[in-house]
Amino acid sequence: MLNLSLKNISQALEKKKFTSVELTQFFLNRVKKHNPSLNAFITVDEDKSLAMAAKSDQLIQSGKKNILTGIPIAQKDIFCASDWKTTCGSKMLENFISPYNSTVIQKFNDAGAVNLGKTNMDEFAMGSSNETSYFGPVKNPWNLDYVPGGSSGGSAAAVAARLAPAATGTDTGGSIRQPASLCGFTGLKPTYGLVSRYGMIAFASSLDQAGPMAISAEDCGLMLDVMTGHDSRDSTSINRKKENYTNSLDEKIDGLRVGVPKEFFGDGLSVDVQKVIEGALKQYEKLGAKIVDVSLPNNHLAIPAYYVIAPAEASSNLSRYDGVRYGYRTKEYDDLMDMYFKTRQEGFGDEVKRRILIGTYVLSAGYFDAYYLKAQKIRRLIANDFKVAYEKCDVIMGPSAPSVAFKSGEKQEDPLAMYMQDIFTISTNLAGLPAMSIPAGFVDGLPVGLQLIGNHFDEAKILNAAHIYQINTDWHLRSPKGID
Amino acid sequence: MTINKSEIKKIAHLAHINISQEEADQVEKKLVGILDLIEKMQEVNTESIEPMSHALDINQPLRNDVVTEIDIREKSLSLAPHTEKSLFIVPQVIE
Repeated sequence: MLNLSLKNISQALEKKKFTSVELTQFFLNRVKKHNPSLNAFITVDEDKSLAMAAKSDQLIQSGKKNILTGIPIAQKDIFCASDWKTTCGSKMLENFISPYNSTVIQKFNDAGAVNLGKTNMDEFAMGSSNETSYFGPVKNPWNLDYVPGGSSGGSAAAVAARLAPAATGTDTGGSIRQPASLCGFTGLKPTYGLVSRYGMIAFASSLDQAGPMAISAEDCGLMLDVMTGHDSRDSTSINRKKENYTNSLDEKIDGLRVGVPKEFFGDGLSVDVQKVIEGALKQYEKLGAKIVDVSLPNNHLAIPAYYVIAPAEASSNLSRYDGVRYGYRTKEYDDLMDMYFKTRQEGFGDEVKRRILIGTYVLSAGYFDAYYLKAQKIRRLIANDFKVAYEKCDVIMGPSAPSVAFKSGEKQEDPLAMYMQDIFTISTNLAGLPAMSIPAGFVDGLPVGLQLIGNHFDEAKILNAAHIYQINTDWHLRSPKGID
Repeated sequence: MTINKSEIKKIAHLAHINISQEEADQVEKKLVGILDLIEKMQEVNTESIEPMSHALDINQPLRNDVVTEIDIREKSLSLAPHTEKSLFIVPQVIE
């Protein structure tokens, strides 16, 4: 059952080689064995998962089977799932049980998938190392002294260590792709608006987007087929015809124009990572792609603009945590204001408070134009750079992260160094573009991810390009040693 | 770009977060660095550029005002730290 693709698991379930209950128990056993060292899951509930598996087995028995029916999926603890705790990695929501399902969870439930548990994450998805979680840091399965990346670090460790066949994540500035790069698997952030944000706890609403995290591009395509679709309960959900993301996986990529932005190969990129990426680009040339030079001249402004826009939206979104209707409330208080102030002081961690303060500052009287409006204008410049680039190419490629995984604690006290982790991923969130990270090699035993960025709604195209690479290489099939 | 402790206390007040003197000291150092990073934006002339609030420039959709959700009042109330009857209880605000 280990290392099987989602397609192969699905076929095995259909042929009754094993049941969903057996499969789910197999992965629950792996979680039980390895979670104490990895800390990938916040909530595991064997009874609930096995009950879902038993239901799925009935569906399979009666011939009502979808491709993901009976397959256990680890869910990032940012997705509300009724009857499961949804903590968002925060003390503020430590005991929160959502009264309803997020659309993503509902879609997996409708497909007959099994919820394997809720995965650890940076608090409110704010972080790039999974060290800001109230529930403790997650470890990188390739080397437990290193971080898995973040904010979807629990899902990343779970997929990399094969504690789950696949997982979900969310990506506001790189939170699917950077951990996919640091943990050596395939992760995809869709076009903004393609996957519903309903019931997905909000961080920066104009940037947040959910996506699949799995071993291969094929697996990600199968999950995307389930996750996408218009949702009237999310006012930013795109109303367009639902696509199929697996039909065109095998198409030839002869003549595919791969744009390589010179700005992705400058300062800040580790020399060893650069070599791996250059090797991957050579491989693409061998597979028939044509390398084209492109430029994203405003990329260096992506992090500054992001650290205005994301905290501004976060400060607004997180104002709902006031200790009145749900979540944490401080124990002792004199009056209403005292209750608000203490609840938020005690319920939020340092990084979350820092971002709320930045957001409040840039939105405060006298600063709005200089910061928030300015950042929104820069956002358009960045989006325009991509428009120009796509006149010359079909797909943009480069590194997903500037380095391989770093040691736990190394950047924890230096927010600026941590923010630089997202230097190659943030611009696509600002522009709303789909992008993925696929394994492309190793440096000193730690994985390196190649980033593929598509034009809006070109998920099928980047999945196709990734799949062709993966059927000709085996980087994505390597898994960490010592996790049996 | 500088920000002093009294400004930090002011924005913490706006954000409704208590902040101790010690926390304000720590936050000050980190915030200055972040604000310097943000300041880089000012190097670029954006005079004629339209601000971008949505990645695909779509507008807010409208729908008819009809009931679409089931009643989850009891479930919702059960999540609150303190309720009585069907009310959320907070410290008294009006004498």
